[in-house]
Amino acid sequence: MTAAAVELDCVSVSYGAALAIEELSATFESGSWVALIGPNGAGKTSILRALCRLVPFTGGMRIEGRDARTLKRRELARLVALVPQIPETPPSMTVAEYVLLGRTPHLGYFANETHGDRAAAGRALERLDLLHFASRILGSLSGGELQRAVLARALAQEAQILLLDEPTSALDLGRQQSVLALVDSLRAGSDGMTVIAAMHDLTLAGQYADRLLLLDRGRVVADGTAGDVLSAPNVSTYYGADVRIVHDDDGVFVLPVRR
Amino acid sequence: MAVESLRSRPLPRAEPRGVLLRWAAGAGLFLAGSLVVGLAVGPVHIGAGSIIAAALSHVPLIHVHSSLDAVQRAVLWQLRAPRVVLAALVGGMLAIAGSAYQGAFRNPLADPYLLGVAAGAGLGATIAIADGSAGTKSAIVPVAAFAGATIAVVFTYALGSSAGSGRTTGALILAGVTVTSFMTAVQTFVQQEHTNSLRDIFTWLLGGFSTATWHDVIISAPYILASSAVLILHRRVLDVLSLGDEEAKSLGVDVGRTRLIIVTAATVGTAAAVSVSGLIGFVGIIVPHTVRLLVSTSYRAVVPLSLVVGGGFVVLTDVLARTVLSPSELPIGVVTAFFGAPFFAIVLRTSRSIR
Repeated sequence: MTAAAVELDCVSVSYGAALAIEELSATFESGSWVALIGPNGAGKTSILRALCRLVPFTGGMRIEGRDARTLKRRELARLVALVPQIPETPPSMTVAEYVLLGRTPHLGYFANETHGDRAAAGRALERLDLLHFASRILGSLSGGELQRAVLARALAQEAQILLLDEPTSALDLGRQQSVLALVDSLRAGSDGMTVIAAMHDLTLAGQYADRLLLLDRGRVVADGTAGDVLSAPNVSTYYGADVRIVHDDDGVFVLPVRR
Repeated sequence: MAVESLRSRPLPRAEPRGVLLRWAAGAGLFLAGSLVVGLAVGPVHIGAGSIIAAALSHVPLIHVHSSLDAVQRAVLWQLRAPRVVLAALVGGMLAIAGSAYQGAFRNPLADPYLLGVAAGAGLGATIAIADGSAGTKSAIVPVAAFAGATIAVVFTYALGSSAGSGRTTGALILAGVTVTSFMTAVQTFVQQEHTNSLRDIFTWLLGGFSTATWHDVIISAPYILASSAVLILHRRVLDVLSLGDEEAKSLGVDVGRTRLIIVTAATVGTAAAVSVSGLIGFVGIIVPHTVRLLVSTSYRAVVPLSLVVGGGFVVLTDVLARTVLSPSELPIGVVTAFFGAPFFAIVLRTSRSIR
């Protein structure tokens, strides 16, 4: 169970002259939840985009033991599902149609969904408690419902690795917790998915992830559990924030302090 | 009992809306009705019943006798039938190409005209007619129209991509306007240089089916049918493209190649249609958006229904074009634009909600 889901070896990503990721090496274990944290522009999203091959990168990348560079796009999409920060949700598409699009990597180029694909999308809808919304159009959903629909689409992809880019940034506190609990259940359940999530909220990142990777200007500056990474000096140095760190039985809390 | 109730519980399944039977049947009836009207209307009276009987008399194994006399038969099969069939093919092609362009470019206002395809085809056809001595019936005209159309859409796309990184609606439309203006300028220049073929060029440009023959149907139908088949096969992929390039890629779609195939197919078909009918605007906008507003925004419905409804629409506008000022004919572009312009205004006003 401790096989590596993702192995990065000196991966660099650049946009023109700007280097977003600089020679990053890391191994993400199967079934783990890794949170990518760091200030704006640290390179969190760039790592996720490189893992989906949405940006060119240099260095070595193995996904589920296979060289990511030689995989066909369709094969890669069967291994890795991405939930973007601001997903495109065509307002007049129904939830069922939207979730079915998650089956695309399993379909031939011209093929239509089979019985099995519809059942897989149906399971994803059921899993995210969206069956009653199946025929609703996306434009009529609330922010929380929409986020669940996007997760359901990623789930219908039946990939082993789930990439989340700021999955809770548009949600209120209660919905943030329910989405994260849901993702955690996917990981812990029979699916045993590996979760790699760029996260903004440090306290929530510490509570849900088993491992935190603190990035700054494209480099990993701290790597470990919440207790190791979420220290006042780290947060102050890399976020330029004044915080108080509280440790108790429920985890590590990062509290902003007014300057 | 427990097992039984477990088994009877329906498994959850996600169903796309697709094309509901009643809409498919409705569109089919609209096309069939338009064809009958197109065959029936004209100076020589031929009743709808006689037309259906005459059509059935050509079907093997069904013994129906046509009640038409020789003149009626000639009018029906040599004048009206090729005209109506060609109008249906061209209308269907322009509409399905419009729906494909809108999906491939994620731009509700994209149509063969706006991207410069029709102007490019017009330029190609003009050069062919002006330089060749064979006139509008030359076999080289469709080839030249296709080449012009291809050059136009490549220019538009390259210009739109470099000006707005391929994502903004405005940059693409401006690029189309630019290419259209340029192509039209060159086309006008070539046309004025060859005054001896002015009449042929003008007849071609104004668009219409007054000179339609079975030959036109035969040379354009293979392109139109093949292009339409390719576009219909892409109807589900077009829905994936509506999520944007990045998400479509993350779902395993080779976006660049897919867009190229779709645009190529739409361009081939449009060029073939334009080469036998001249320039007919607005069909590619009106028909797909009407389907979106009435049926569904999913390309699974929009693409195939646009083909069928577009065919019927152009057959009917052609009937208007040849009857309003009878015995002279209005250019069909005048009729489609007369209905198209107000409709286009509505689409513009609501385009934020139409994808």
